[in-house]
Amino acid sequence: MLKIGGYEFSSRLLLGTGKYPDFDIQRKAVDVSGTEILTFSVRRMNIFEAGQPNFLENLDITKYTLLPNTAGAKTAEEAVRIAKLAKASGLCDMVKVEVIGCLKTLLPDPVETLKASEELVKEGFTVLPYTSDDVLLARRLEELGCHAIMPGASPIGSGQGIINPLNLSFIIEQCQVPVIVDAGIGTPSDAAIAMELGAAGVLLNTAVSGAKDPVKMAEAMKFSIEAGRLGFEAGRIPQKRYATASSPVEGMSFN
Amino acid sequence: MKLVVNGERVVVPNTVETVTELLRHFELNQKVIIVELNAEIVGKEKHAETLISFGDKIELVHFVGGG
Repeated sequence: MLKIGGYEFSSRLLLGTGKYPDFDIQRKAVDVSGTEILTFSVRRMNIFEAGQPNFLENLDITKYTLLPNTAGAKTAEEAVRIAKLAKASGLCDMVKVEVIGCLKTLLPDPVETLKASEELVKEGFTVLPYTSDDVLLARRLEELGCHAIMPGASPIGSGQGIINPLNLSFIIEQCQVPVIVDAGIGTPSDAAIAMELGAAGVLLNTAVSGAKDPVKMAEAMKFSIEAGRLGFEAGRIPQKRYATASSPVEGMSFN
Repeated sequence: MKLVVNGERVVVPNTVETVTELLRHFELNQKVIIVELNAEIVGKEKHAETLISFGDKIELVHFVGGG
């Protein structure tokens, strides 16, 4: 079970809802992924196009725990405001704190992320900050009372996969709260590696929504995350420099 | 009545007096929507009783796809 604050989940996949080819493909991908947590963003609506369907209307949102992000925020103040707006919907009390510090890399601003997370913990939110892969920052966020830590694997939407396994493993080893690898996942094997490192979950979006067949990729991610988790729990063999025969040496001579 | 909704100057009929009526005017009453009136969030339960007046700055936000 994945426990985040007062919530419990059997799926370890957190799925984003951005950039699917259409709502029907999105619904099918969400369904087949087995996810129980959906992320989304908060935006001004176009009041002159009120008739436009919204993605929420196409999903049975009672089946999911909703995780709004604070994407678009560049400061702690903006992130807190977006989080409060999302909570005012009455649909969620979780928030993915996302304070972007650099538009080219979309890497999080650690100082503003820390400030926003502190404020939101005090306000009673279930707080999941998207952070850089710094173990000391992760520990500080945990000390503040964050309910999960979400370090990036590589830049958002880059599909570069896990470029920092050492840093991620430091965070996983040193944090008591769940560590969810967020951003940069490209392939099922990337997700499996995150889980083999001991991550409690994986948050991804573009890897599925941008795939040639998003529904099939959603299913692949589900299996890879399950496989990676099983592999982690089973405990891998140590790596060695030289070979060790798996067949017995005894009784080899048939002469 | 003149208002600023989502940064745009709009004119609504004078019969629109509350947040609920404003949402109905824009045909948003069936939507998942969050209302901010002059930078203060107006909870859903307060929509019907919250009055709007000339020059108010109103933000109407909703949820969109994101990761």
